[in-house]
Amino acid sequence: MLKELRPAIVSFLLLTMLTGIGYPLLVTGISQVVMPDKANGSLIVKEGKPVGSSLIGQSFSDPKYFWSRPSATSPMPNNPTASGGSNLGPTNPALMDAVKARVQALRDADPGNQQPIPVDLVTASGSGLDPHISPAAAEYQLARVARVRNLNPNALRKLVAEHIEGRQFGILGEPRVNVLELNLALDAVH
Amino acid sequence: MINGYVQIALYLGVLLAFAKPMGWYMARVYEGKLPALVRWMVPIENLFYRLCGVDSKQEMRWTQYALAMILFSLLGVLAVYGLQRLQDLLPLNPQGFGAVTPDSSFNTALSFVTNTNWQGYVGETTMSYLTQMLGLAVQNFFSAATGMAVAIALIRGFARHTLETIGNFWVDVTRSIIYILLPISTVLALLLVSQGVVQNFSAYQNVPLVESASYDQPKLDASGNPLKDASGNAVTEKVVVKEQSIALGPVASQEAIKQLGTNGGGFFNANSAHPYENPTPLANFLAMLAIFIIPAGLCYTFGAMVGDTRQGWAILASMTILFVGFLAVAEYAELNGNPAFTALGVDQTASAMQSGGNMEGKETRFGIVNSALFATITTAASCGAVNAMHDSFTPLGGLVPLAQIQLGEVIFGGVGSGLYGMLVYAVLAVFLAGLMIGRTPEYLGKKIEAFDIKMASLVILIPPLIILGGTALAVMLEAGKSSVFNPGAHGFSEVLYAFSSAVGNNGSEFAGIGANTPFYNTALGFAVWFGRFWLMVPVLALAGSLAAKKRIPASVGSMATHTQMFVWLLIGTVLLVGALNFVPALALGPVVEHLNMK
Repeated sequence: MLKELRPAIVSFLLLTMLTGIGYPLLVTGISQVVMPDKANGSLIVKEGKPVGSSLIGQSFSDPKYFWSRPSATSPMPNNPTASGGSNLGPTNPALMDAVKARVQALRDADPGNQQPIPVDLVTASGSGLDPHISPAAAEYQLARVARVRNLNPNALRKLVAEHIEGRQFGILGEPRVNVLELNLALDAVH
Repeated sequence: MINGYVQIALYLGVLLAFAKPMGWYMARVYEGKLPALVRWMVPIENLFYRLCGVDSKQEMRWTQYALAMILFSLLGVLAVYGLQRLQDLLPLNPQGFGAVTPDSSFNTALSFVTNTNWQGYVGETTMSYLTQMLGLAVQNFFSAATGMAVAIALIRGFARHTLETIGNFWVDVTRSIIYILLPISTVLALLLVSQGVVQNFSAYQNVPLVESASYDQPKLDASGNPLKDASGNAVTEKVVVKEQSIALGPVASQEAIKQLGTNGGGFFNANSAHPYENPTPLANFLAMLAIFIIPAGLCYTFGAMVGDTRQGWAILASMTILFVGFLAVAEYAELNGNPAFTALGVDQTASAMQSGGNMEGKETRFGIVNSALFATITTAASCGAVNAMHDSFTPLGGLVPLAQIQLGEVIFGGVGSGLYGMLVYAVLAVFLAGLMIGRTPEYLGKKIEAFDIKMASLVILIPPLIILGGTALAVMLEAGKSSVFNPGAHGFSEVLYAFSSAVGNNGSEFAGIGANTPFYNTALGFAVWFGRFWLMVPVLALAGSLAAKKRIPASVGSMATHTQMFVWLLIGTVLLVGALNFVPALALGPVVEHLNMK
């Protein structure tokens, strides 16, 4: 027992320094020199000030903006200091109530629109910070945003299309639209 | 639809292409025949041994090996517990977090040392950067290296004969870290940063919100108690929020080893669903590859070290077939979505415009295909990272992770633990085959005798005992029931999942369960410990027993263990044992829920 004590303690300390200090400092050093924007949170900077992160979604409820995925973070949606999903099970009545309320809110904001609502627009994301919606969810909201902002729907569709990120390398993941970037672009042209 | 098949095929193709080079490299590392590329590091390795007082040529008997492993793990528990309890006094705590509570610290320390990485806490509001990088990330390396060492010790048991020793624990751990885990993690971490994973020591970044948010919070009186109005209802006040506080940290360095070491403990609460942990589909692909690359490679290492690579391919084939079967169920269930949503006017059909399906708890960039794929990978392995919330999966989609954990995570499995778990099943499979034809069972020229079967039985029977016993206890006690979040059968699944995940050292959750309570912190803390070491010690005993045996030459009566028949026998054994243990419990949870779903 005692014979193993010295190797245990010394190797524990040495390997801790290697993997717990040397390694993270090395990765930080290289990242901060080579790709500081990414390493510091992919912040969107306007006039020298950060106005958001392209990876962290924000919540929108004004009809003039495209809305993000619902977020279950507390106490307010899209709270990056309390990331997480709703964890509501598929048969939980509370999930049905939440989806019903979201469907209603979307219908109220756009009364004439009777199209089926894309599922990502009424279900809470896993992180509560999802920066994206599906192209279908953007298309569903397009007429509303165009109307409220007095924009030509086709001109708006062009702007949305510019913000669609395809699958990575044409294969990986799903096509998506970055909501914050799209809304910032809308405010900039409008 | 086609794209989904392409993504899955691409993943499996790349993974299997890596199995041989990775396995070959690891075999060279553990046999001390280092390839030229890393030979320059040998003096560093030797310096380590000199400082530690280790004679790298001196091998250990299995008892000594087990003792060294447990000592090393106990030191880890002390260090991680201490760092959490003292973090308010230590540097690199820009958000000024206080000390973590004793029961949560206890749970987290055991959980990270045992490669479980169950998380009862919310990372971004609990753990200082120092605790994350010097406590949790270090254990990500150490627990992975420990698992790999035990697997290599068991391989040596098969590979050598008439020897009393199974290797040197300190050498195996050191080599695992400096030649395998550390170099790959460094490359992976930088690739992840290139995709947007953060890596810094800054305080949280405040940014203005485009549209301010508001919420109601209970109004408090001067002494901090909630105010009530005349009719006894809580009084609330409206809070308007104009800024978003974005959590940062040294994430990429931890993320890389979290996946590579099949640890799975997220820097943030949302784990790999968080855009700063897993920002793009490519980052997600690399994460999934990192989880399986060592477990897949170790199959080849096994074949190479026992001198017959076909043996390793047979194990890898069994794992791959089981994996594809479970994956198909998960993908099918999640793509079909939630039938109740359709009635509300929600479109869940997959198309070029949307992934469709059950998107509750999933991220848009991953959609259904990559969420179900990740969930199947992370629970086949003992990783437990999640890029979607398993609690919100459909009943059958959630059954897949649960069942894979309960099978003992032998489908690829954790680094090291997956292979030694599967080899134990292989021993059991040859034993069952031997019983059927009335011959003494043998595997790789080793006679499987009573002691070996006893050790194998411990490894196979201890987990269901703790999982089912713990679940039964929790659902009988108020302290266990009060943490359940979802009603009905799903609530039972949450408890069953919690104990399965703890004992299986997985760490993923049906996360609705409020597990940060003294009851669950303590019960699951013990569960992770027993689930780890009550299996590792019998595995090492088995290794010692096998190493001491003579090698008997194959005869006409020997069963070949590299054939298609053996692959199916092994698959059958895994499924049969798992079904006998867990079908009743699964029937009460996900199966009932599925039948109730309209």
